[in-house]
Amino acid sequence: MSTVQQKRGVQALNETLHALFAERDDVVLFGEDVLDPYGGAFKVTQGLSDAYPDRVLTTPISEASLFGVAAGMALRGQRPILEIMFGDFVALGLDQIVNGISKFREMYDDQVTVPLVVRTPMGGRRGYGPTHSQSLEKLLLGIPNICVVAPSECHDVGSLLAAAVEDERPVFFIENKLLYGRVIRRPDHGHIGELAVRESGDPYPALTFSATDFTEGVATVVTYGGMLPVVLDAVTELVLEQEIFCEVVALSQLVPIELDAVLESVARTGALVTAEEGTLTGGFGAEIAARVQEAAWSDLRAPVQRVAARDGIIPSARPLEDDMLPSVEDVVAAVTALDGVRS
Amino acid sequence: METLATFYERMFFIRRFEETLLDLFSLGKLVGTTHTYIGQEANAVGLIEHLDPDVDTVFSNHRCHGHYLAFTDDAFGLLCEVMGKAPGVCGGKGGSQHLCKGNFYSNGVLGSIVPVATGIGLAEKRKGTGAVSTVFLGDGTLGEGVTYESLNLASLWHLPVFFVVENNHYAQSTPVELELAGSIAARGAAFGVEVDELDTTDVQVIHEAAGRAVARIRETGAPFFLVLNTYRFSPHSKSDDQRDPDELEERRTRDPLLVAGARLDEAERKALEERCEERLAETVEAADEAPAAAPGVAA
Repeated sequence: MSTVQQKRGVQALNETLHALFAERDDVVLFGEDVLDPYGGAFKVTQGLSDAYPDRVLTTPISEASLFGVAAGMALRGQRPILEIMFGDFVALGLDQIVNGISKFREMYDDQVTVPLVVRTPMGGRRGYGPTHSQSLEKLLLGIPNICVVAPSECHDVGSLLAAAVEDERPVFFIENKLLYGRVIRRPDHGHIGELAVRESGDPYPALTFSATDFTEGVATVVTYGGMLPVVLDAVTELVLEQEIFCEVVALSQLVPIELDAVLESVARTGALVTAEEGTLTGGFGAEIAARVQEAAWSDLRAPVQRVAARDGIIPSARPLEDDMLPSVEDVVAAVTALDGVRS
Repeated sequence: METLATFYERMFFIRRFEETLLDLFSLGKLVGTTHTYIGQEANAVGLIEHLDPDVDTVFSNHRCHGHYLAFTDDAFGLLCEVMGKAPGVCGGKGGSQHLCKGNFYSNGVLGSIVPVATGIGLAEKRKGTGAVSTVFLGDGTLGEGVTYESLNLASLWHLPVFFVVENNHYAQSTPVELELAGSIAARGAAFGVEVDELDTTDVQVIHEAAGRAVARIRETGAPFFLVLNTYRFSPHSKSDDQRDPDELEERRTRDPLLVAGARLDEAERKALEERCEERLAETVEAADEAPAAAPGVAA
C-alpha cells in the first residue's frame, strides 16, 4: 500500500498533468481559461501553459465544438485532454459524444481509436445554483463504448488521471468540485483511519471499506466520487449511535460497469444501498440495483435502497440546496430502513 | 496533370455507381437508406484531385459516396458496405453514411463533422504533416451552429481546414430560400477566412478554383471557404422528391457530364463509358457474391 499523502485533490491532478506533459509530447490540453496565470476556473492547470505554451490552448466558449475538436485530434493520433469548466456544460457536447466520440471506433470497424480525455467538475454543495452544481454522470452512463471515471478522495487521483490519458477509449473524468479542496486520504497498511480498506480492479479501482475487517457488516453502501465522504460519515454515525456496521464500496469506474467488489461485499452483508449526488430517476443507483438483483438475488434479504438528490433543480440558497442533495441523514435512514438491520 | 478524359471517366463512374445503387434498391438488394450525389459529381472530382490520399484528410457527410470514390477509388468496399456485405469497408457496420478508409471519414449528423475536421486540422498542424483537412458541408449544414464555432476556431488557430459548401439548393425537401438568410460566402468572410464562390458544373473550372484554394491553404496554413453552387438531380434519398419538373429539366441542361462530355471526342467518350460500365458490372457481381455481414462472419 502506498504511503500517506498530505495532498489536496487539485494538487494531485495538477502534478499528474505536469508529469504527463513531461512524459508524452502528444498530450495537448485545451479548454476555457486554462492559461496561466489564471490556470483554469478550478486551478487544475496552473503552471502548465507557462511550461508548455504550445500544448495548452485557451478556447472560445464553444463547448459543442470542442468535444468534436478533441475527437478529431484523437482520431489523428494525439492525446487531447479537454477541460470543460463545469460538468453542466457537457450537455452542449452530447451530439459529439453520442454520435461521434462513442461511435467512431465501432462503426468504422475498429479502424480507428478515439483516445481522448474530457476532464470536468461536477457536483454541488457550493451554492452555485441550478446550472453549475449538477452531477450529470447519468447522462453518460447509458452511452456504449465510453469510459466514465470518477475518483473519490480515497483514490489515487493522479494515477487514475494518468491511466485515463493512456486509455485507448474515450474517458470522461469526473472531478467532484469538493475533491479539489479535500486532502487525499490513501490507504496505509490497508487502513484509512479506523477503517480497513481493500483496493481491487485495474486501472480504475474500487475501494471497499469496513470497520470490522469485513466480518460483521449488515449492509453494503455503494457510492462514488463526492458522495464518499458523506457515506463514510453516515456509516461512522451508524456505528457510534446504533452499533450498525456497514461496508462501503467506492467505485471509480462507473462505466463500463464492473460490480465484482459490490457483489463480493453484498455476499457478505446481504443488503445494498446505493448513494449518488445526482437526481434519483434513471441514475447510477437504478442501474446498479437492477444488476445486483439479477446477479445476486439470493444474497439479498431486502430490496435495494437508493439515496440520491430529489428529482428537481439544485437551488442556489444553501439551506435549499442542502435540502435537495443527499445527506448523511438520508444514508442513515436508507440503511436503517433495510430489513434485518435493526434487531 | 489530369486530363479532361480522366475527370469525365471518374464523374461518369460515380454517376453510374449511384444510379446502380438506386436500381439495387428497387430490386430489394439494398436496405436502409442512401443519399446519392447525382448531378454534383464535378465538385468531388475537380476538387479531390488536389488532395493527396496518403497525407490529406476528407471528412464527408451523409451524401458521401462521390467524395469517397473520388478520394479512395474503392468501389467494391463502398458497394459492399452499402449492401451490408462483410467485405464492406466498415464490415457493414457503417453503411452508406458512415465510412472510413485511410484518411477518409464520413458521418451522418449534419454539422457534427465540422468540429471533428477542425480537430483533425489542429492535430495535423501540430504534427507538421502539411495535411489539408477538407470537410464537405451543404446548404443544410449551414443551419447547424457548430459550423460557425468551427469556422471561428479554424480561423483563430490558423488551421489548414478546407471548408467546402456544396449548395445544392435543397435541405432534404426544403428549398434554400426557406432555410437560409443572407449570404453563404459572407459567413466564411465574417470569420476572416478566405472565400471563393463558383456557380458552375464545369469540372475544369471547379478543378482550377479548388487548386487555387488548396494551394492557398498549403501556402498559408490557414483555412479556406469554398462555396460551390450546384444541384442534385436525384431525390434527397430514394424517392422523396416533389421538386418542380421544369426546374429539374432546366438543371439537366447543365449536367456536369454533358458539359465535360461535349469537349471529348465521341469515340473516346464512349470508350471511357464502356470501361466504367464493365468495371461497375464486375463490382456489382463481386459484391453480390460476397457474404452478408453477420455476427461472426469475417470479410
